[in-house]
Amino acid sequence: MTEAVNGSSTARPTREKQRSLWGDVWIQFRAHRGAMVGVVVFTVIVLAVVFGPMIHTVDPTYADYRARNVSPSLDHPFGTDNLGRDMFAQVLAGGRVTLAVGFTAMAITITLGTLIGMLAGYFRRLDGVLMRMTDMFLALPQIPLLLVIMLVFRDSLRSLFGPEAGIFLLIVFVIGITTWMQTARIVRGEVLAIKEREFVLAAKSIGTREHRILLRHILPNVLSPIMVSATIGIANAIITESALSFLGLGFPPDFPTWGRLVVDGKDFMDLTPARVIWPGLAISLTVLSVNFIGDGLRDALDPRIRGR
Amino acid sequence: MKPMRSLLASAAVLALTGTGALAERGSDGQVNILYWQAVSILNPYLSGGTKETHASSVVLEPLVHYDPDGNMVPILVDEIPTVENGGVSEDLKSITWKLKEGILWSDGTPLTAEDVVFSGEYCTHPEGGCSSASFFTDVESFEALDDLTVKITFSVAKPFPYGPFVGAEVPILQKAQFKDCMGAKAPECTEQNFYPIGTGPFVVKEFKANDTIVYEANPNYRDPAKPAFQTVLFKGGGDAASAARAVLETGEFDYAWNLQVEPEILSQMAAAGKGEVMSSFGTNVERLMVNLTAVDPSLGPDLRSVYADGTNPHPFLSDPAVRRALSLAIDRDIIVEIGYGAAGKVTCNVLPAPEIYASTANDWCKTQDVAKANQLLDEAGWVRGSDGIREKDGVRLSILFQTSTNSVRQGTQALIKQMWAEIGVETELRNIEAAVFFGGDQSSPDTFQKFMSDIEMYTNNFPGTDPEQYMANWACTEIPGPNNQWLGDNVPRFCDPAYDALVQELAVTAGLDARAEIAKKLNDMLMDFGAMIPLVHRGNVSARSLTLGGVAMTSWDSEIWNIADWYRIK
Repeated sequence: MTEAVNGSSTARPTREKQRSLWGDVWIQFRAHRGAMVGVVVFTVIVLAVVFGPMIHTVDPTYADYRARNVSPSLDHPFGTDNLGRDMFAQVLAGGRVTLAVGFTAMAITITLGTLIGMLAGYFRRLDGVLMRMTDMFLALPQIPLLLVIMLVFRDSLRSLFGPEAGIFLLIVFVIGITTWMQTARIVRGEVLAIKEREFVLAAKSIGTREHRILLRHILPNVLSPIMVSATIGIANAIITESALSFLGLGFPPDFPTWGRLVVDGKDFMDLTPARVIWPGLAISLTVLSVNFIGDGLRDALDPRIRGR
Repeated sequence: MKPMRSLLASAAVLALTGTGALAERGSDGQVNILYWQAVSILNPYLSGGTKETHASSVVLEPLVHYDPDGNMVPILVDEIPTVENGGVSEDLKSITWKLKEGILWSDGTPLTAEDVVFSGEYCTHPEGGCSSASFFTDVESFEALDDLTVKITFSVAKPFPYGPFVGAEVPILQKAQFKDCMGAKAPECTEQNFYPIGTGPFVVKEFKANDTIVYEANPNYRDPAKPAFQTVLFKGGGDAASAARAVLETGEFDYAWNLQVEPEILSQMAAAGKGEVMSSFGTNVERLMVNLTAVDPSLGPDLRSVYADGTNPHPFLSDPAVRRALSLAIDRDIIVEIGYGAAGKVTCNVLPAPEIYASTANDWCKTQDVAKANQLLDEAGWVRGSDGIREKDGVRLSILFQTSTNSVRQGTQALIKQMWAEIGVETELRNIEAAVFFGGDQSSPDTFQKFMSDIEMYTNNFPGTDPEQYMANWACTEIPGPNNQWLGDNVPRFCDPAYDALVQELAVTAGLDARAEIAKKLNDMLMDFGAMIPLVHRGNVSARSLTLGGVAMTSWDSEIWNIADWYRIK
């Protein structure tokens, strides 16, 4: 009995020692109900999009003329469009492209934005140059710029990587380089405030190198606005991609993406509502769940909220 | 039965005389018209756009309009001049028009022969950049013989002299208003171009470019009982589907133009019972243009899609077997059924109408024949590779297929891609914003004239009923390229001296039957060669409110040419 008590009391401190930053984050994250729902929904969507086409093996671009505007049935769970293409297969195929575009573009936005924001906020010498550059990018009108970049690089990328991969790279790159500015500004503001704090001073006074200070002490403290930017960035990328498709500058027209499916289906809203409901719902759920995950991560990463 | 019929007849007479007696200028309030492409100018001589032509036809009138059957209807004249009535000279080199007496401009001054002469000189001014100039081809002089008589002399015999001042594209302008707007000054006359004085049933009250036009009944219109409407609201903007909805479902508007929307959507909207979908068939043909020149991006700007005297042939579309197989593989019935419904008919000609010009020599294309198409390709040496795509000497049958952004067109693209896959042809689709594709911007590579793809799809037609100008589009001299700022009409880059000779012959041949014979031959040459692959003979589709009467939609002229006769059904 006593031994057992002793045993447990000696075990406790060792367990305490094993607690890491990310372990704490995970515990806090699990407590955030919205974030957990978000994780579940998002995982389901990703799994469906990745493995769905292996189970539902209908070709999304095959037009079955005899089965046009069909209501949902066993053969066609989401019905068909006006050319007789299976909507379920299109939503699954579209999801792959849309998610890939959304996440890759977001990654570019966040990387660029964080890098420029941290450098500008931390190094006074770079601040002026980098922020004027940010202002310049902000002043560029996005859509006309997109059109010009598309026109100039479309043919060369197409011959290098083929039509789909070429357009994918172009779209992701174009969205990434035209949306990093907000993130950079927010990060810079946060860094300006944090670098004057005592713990940074302490780190400096013991001779910590600047890149260590940036990565070890400042970055974790600005993670929460970055997370929020990231979740907004995904939604933004998905919407920009559909706007480009609408202008005829995105993917080829027979290449389904969620944005394009909504645009194509909008005229058929009365006739076959499934055409807009499913891809629309997919976009909303993805954006919403990513937002919740971001919210949970933000809370979990903030040491002042953690443990409350 | 008999009493019943006479009762009906008398009821009909009553109804007719009833409206006649009741009708009074401006008694029916306002009519609302919706064009989803907004109007930018009200002078058709300065804009080739259909919408501008239609909007200005409410104010400006030509001597003659075309009715829904393509017949000429005298508007500002009493009769159509012909050789028989002496109006056209025996040598076919001049035509003499006699204006109706007593016609006033909306400002109260009389219409005279001087105005007609002025309008001709306005458009034929060498610096004017008149978009209707093709209506005045070969005109040597305009002459006012007296106040009401105009003689137009041609430099060559004109078997079809009804180009000048026939149709809404070439109306009569008032000399007093436009006399300082000749030549290079024409586009600078904003006041004149936005508020033209006309002889038509309405006058412009307010014009907001690219937005709304408000017209008011013309107090000096020749028929005191017309127009029945006091004002016309002509709204521009939106898209085809919402325009259709505004007339058919919500009833906000009385008339909507050019509704290229999927047939099932239109019929569903029409089921609301507020309006009616109308279609009329003119000369519109949705066709695939086949690029006969090489377009590889590596070729550079001087050679890409440039004819270069035939030294730059397309790697596989220059093979007649490929062109024929591509056409045979298409099931046009399905395309019509899915994309057009009642607004389209299968066609195998680029010249589908009027009836006497329609050839039947190419009807092989009406039925899809995949087996024959495959056989043609096999015989020509195109063998399927491991991925099912045919190739020969390292050239793959891989097509880049572009068109403008429009859901019907993207649907057609997807169908054609699938049909071509069956004969081992790979297709990559591209859609381009209509404003760019049809914009003609010299600096953009995406215009239909530059044609930086293997195949492209769009609709073309010709105004009026005579195909001479239209068939001349495919002469060698019309090939677009850097040398003519890409302005030619011969988009497939087709060049055949025999064709050019036949075009010359058409220009000097009189007699409708002989002309029809040549026009058919020209059409057959193009079809047989496969320079274009016709798909659908498209009707114009518009919608009217069930309360709007008197509409006589025509494809040969401005759709709203008879707006003076419109009235409200009560």
